[in-house]
Amino acid sequence: MSESNTPRQENEVEPERPETLDDEVVLDVALDTADGAMAPSVIPATSQGGQIPHAAGGSVFRQIVTGNAMVSVLSVLLAIVLGGILMAVTNPKVAETAGYFFAQPGDMLTEVFRPYVALVQGSIFNWAGADAAAQLYPITETLTVSTPLILAGLGVALAFRAGLFNIGAQGQIIFGALFGAYVGFTWHLPFLVHLLLVIVAGFVGGAVWGGVVGLLKARTGAHEVIVTIMLNYIANFLLLFLLTTPAFQRKGSTNPISPFLDQSALFPELLGPQFRLHAGFLLAVLATVFVWWLLKRSTLGFEFRAVGANQSAARTAGINVPRAVILVMALAGALAGLAGIAQVSGTEKYLSGGVAASIGFDAITVALLGRSTPWGTFFAGLLFGAFRAGGVAMQAETQTPIDIVLVIQSLIVLFIAAPPLVRAIFGLNPRKKKKATGGPGSGSIPSGKLESGAATA
Amino acid sequence: MSTTTTQPGGGTPAGNAPASPGKTGATELVSWKAGIGLSLLAILGTVLFGFMSNSKSAGFGIAEAANEAASSVAALVTFVLALLLSVGLGYLWFVRRRSGLASGSGTVPGWLPASTVAAVVVLGLAALGVAKVSKITLPSAAIGWIAAVILLGLAGYTVYLTQAKKSAPRWVGGTFAAVFLIGFMVWIVAGGNGDEPSISLAGLIAGSVTLAVPLVFGSLSGVLCERVGVVNIAIEGQLLLGAFSAAVVATVTHNVYAGLVAAAVAGTLVSLVLAVVSIKYLVNQIIVGVVLNVLISGLTSFLFSTLLTADPDGLNKPGRLPPVDIPFLSDIPIIGPILFHQSLVGYLMYIAVIVVYLGLFHTKWGLRVRAVGEHPQAADTVGINVNRTRFWNVLMGGAIAGIGGSFFTLVSVDAFSKDMSGGRGYIALAALIFGRWNPIGAFLAALLFGFADNLQSVITIIGSPVPSQFMAMLPYALTVFAVAGLVGRSRPPAASGIPYVKG
Repeated sequence: MSESNTPRQENEVEPERPETLDDEVVLDVALDTADGAMAPSVIPATSQGGQIPHAAGGSVFRQIVTGNAMVSVLSVLLAIVLGGILMAVTNPKVAETAGYFFAQPGDMLTEVFRPYVALVQGSIFNWAGADAAAQLYPITETLTVSTPLILAGLGVALAFRAGLFNIGAQGQIIFGALFGAYVGFTWHLPFLVHLLLVIVAGFVGGAVWGGVVGLLKARTGAHEVIVTIMLNYIANFLLLFLLTTPAFQRKGSTNPISPFLDQSALFPELLGPQFRLHAGFLLAVLATVFVWWLLKRSTLGFEFRAVGANQSAARTAGINVPRAVILVMALAGALAGLAGIAQVSGTEKYLSGGVAASIGFDAITVALLGRSTPWGTFFAGLLFGAFRAGGVAMQAETQTPIDIVLVIQSLIVLFIAAPPLVRAIFGLNPRKKKKATGGPGSGSIPSGKLESGAATA
Repeated sequence: MSTTTTQPGGGTPAGNAPASPGKTGATELVSWKAGIGLSLLAILGTVLFGFMSNSKSAGFGIAEAANEAASSVAALVTFVLALLLSVGLGYLWFVRRRSGLASGSGTVPGWLPASTVAAVVVLGLAALGVAKVSKITLPSAAIGWIAAVILLGLAGYTVYLTQAKKSAPRWVGGTFAAVFLIGFMVWIVAGGNGDEPSISLAGLIAGSVTLAVPLVFGSLSGVLCERVGVVNIAIEGQLLLGAFSAAVVATVTHNVYAGLVAAAVAGTLVSLVLAVVSIKYLVNQIIVGVVLNVLISGLTSFLFSTLLTADPDGLNKPGRLPPVDIPFLSDIPIIGPILFHQSLVGYLMYIAVIVVYLGLFHTKWGLRVRAVGEHPQAADTVGINVNRTRFWNVLMGGAIAGIGGSFFTLVSVDAFSKDMSGGRGYIALAALIFGRWNPIGAFLAALLFGFADNLQSVITIIGSPVPSQFMAMLPYALTVFAVAGLVGRSRPPAASGIPYVKG
């Protein structure tokens, strides 16, 4: 964020490097919190891409090894290992086979790896499938499951970039689905027009529910975390209520579910009827490109990022902060609303109380894993979509509860959020290998803080 | 009916009244929020309670005592005590107020009006017990219109005061909330099925207190953490792991008290992760909290599906903490069964509220804790170890929330099931905010939410004009209003959420 316009000190050949773990963390946090004036940003400043003054330099190899991509990969690896241990410990068959481990080590190892094998088979490629369609079915399933995760994840990520913690994706998905589904089953229009209107309705529905948060935040200073958590519940109860009213409930049904959406309001299937993959995935790709353009190329996106980096500084620079807050929340909500559309118009084809499942909460982990960048979120959404799709297959195949996926996901995010922890576990702390090489006056924390303070401002 | 539950809306709980809005009005700009908010609510009340009322009457049953003789003696003693207390407190209030007005500087301490009102309410309930009234029947239309007129009058008064650039005194909000609640209750009960719908008041309130137990523990945990500057979103996780550990340990050891201890340890464990990651590694506390909730939910569900369902008798059959009657006190009509017929966890709740309140606001430790939460730099300057204080407070909060979690498996249901805390950690968070980061306020807010929760299930039974989903929505909507500043001012500790780096 701030790195693009960092005032560089020309006389310094190489920026100073901190000497101990604590020093580095101190510098990062000082940068991140504007010297203790605000809460740290969602993604550690060091992981947001771009250059941090004191972290620059060093060989290319070292940058890769200690860099963000490496931390992400290691986090995923660590989480998978821990999840594997948990599954192995709770699996009675593992204990059984461990009894004769030295006689036949293969048995136990097979038992340990079986869930993960099933996971891969259920999410990427099923080599046991009879024909090509059956073999490729898992990957299309992954893409289908990923679609709402990516869209909602983008909503969360966009708000993160403006310094707002949007826990409300759940409610925004519900609102998007509510609006879209209503248009989808009450209006009867020709194919493309109808679908477009459904998408617009979902966009508006999410934007309204997200915009309320932005409005409350901008006008009254209400903390968005609390407001979004509460609005999630309100949206959920509203949905449950509406599904009992004649306007939404399916005729002749006593269950709280809506009629099916018109055929003209559904996303076309991309690969034919035997796969669930629908054109909503293309919408997710488009949305990713849009968010990338918004953040990187548009004035509005620049304002969002400026507000996220430091509100006071943004205000001083003449940015209308309340307007940016309202807009970014409305846009974030709109993206999550599209995830609701992907559900009602693509995967489920009707509206029910469980339309949002746990997508809204998974979206938070998706955005965190993707470090709040559009493409990072896209791939994180794919990964978690694979976990979800594979988890279902794994549960059916090996009776391993799908809840393990939640454990692995949250562990990944926990590690990602704390790079020093991961580096410490893998012994990758950069400053232990190299002493400070800066000129006189460098290496002292106060000057580092000064510099980082300037960078943030 | 129960003034206690209406207090978070109106009166500031005792001990948290640094600013006294009543005095500063003349010079400062007065917000229109209160006037507009109250007016809207008054109009809503008029429409609902007045125009939409019916000709039925609403009955409120008052529980019949198990032991008549003991009950009437207890009622009489309570009546006399409450009478003495009300008169004494009222006199004290009157004297303080007059001397305050005379000197122009002194004010009435916040606890005085609150406890006077509480004493009068107890007096009224005891009087009902002495008179052996078993049921109150109220004509809904008449009560509805009276309530509507009072609401409109109070709203008008607030608007008038705002016009005159004064802010409304605190009793206006308190009375408004109480009248609204009474009008609402009468309206909603009268809207039920049958010719003369009625509900059991004592049962309603007792159920509310029971439902509020985990909320109170959770919000106390939140208070301890936030007051020291650490946002604790992980309350949900602490409750859930507490419930899980309580169930498993109590089953394995065949001892429910061991389960209780295990719950506290489990809550502390969650807090330990929160503390280490957010204080040592300085990760955004909200993220850690959210992620921990997902982690605990996944972990307990996974272990439940693999281990607990495989061997339910050996791992998930904890047994229950029996309710304990306090002799004599539990015989008092209405109040007795509510306050003095609880499980051990229920009594621990009262103790925890009082201890946390006294600790935070009346000890040196509490002063330090609050200093760390408001201005860590200043606290550090005077020699308080900021991060150590935070660390221990977060752990303590975890232990308290863990005990609250044990309520699910040791008191309410006697087995663990998936995600059984059902979002109550988030409601506890709401209670803490609604209670303005004050233990007593959080306690009262949790009671209010428990009340809304219980009322929802009660009115689904008798049938009501309001869909139950809207009743379920109430705590959350109230919290949004509270956070937006429409129901009083709700300000978090200044340093909440910001890690402290010694610089």
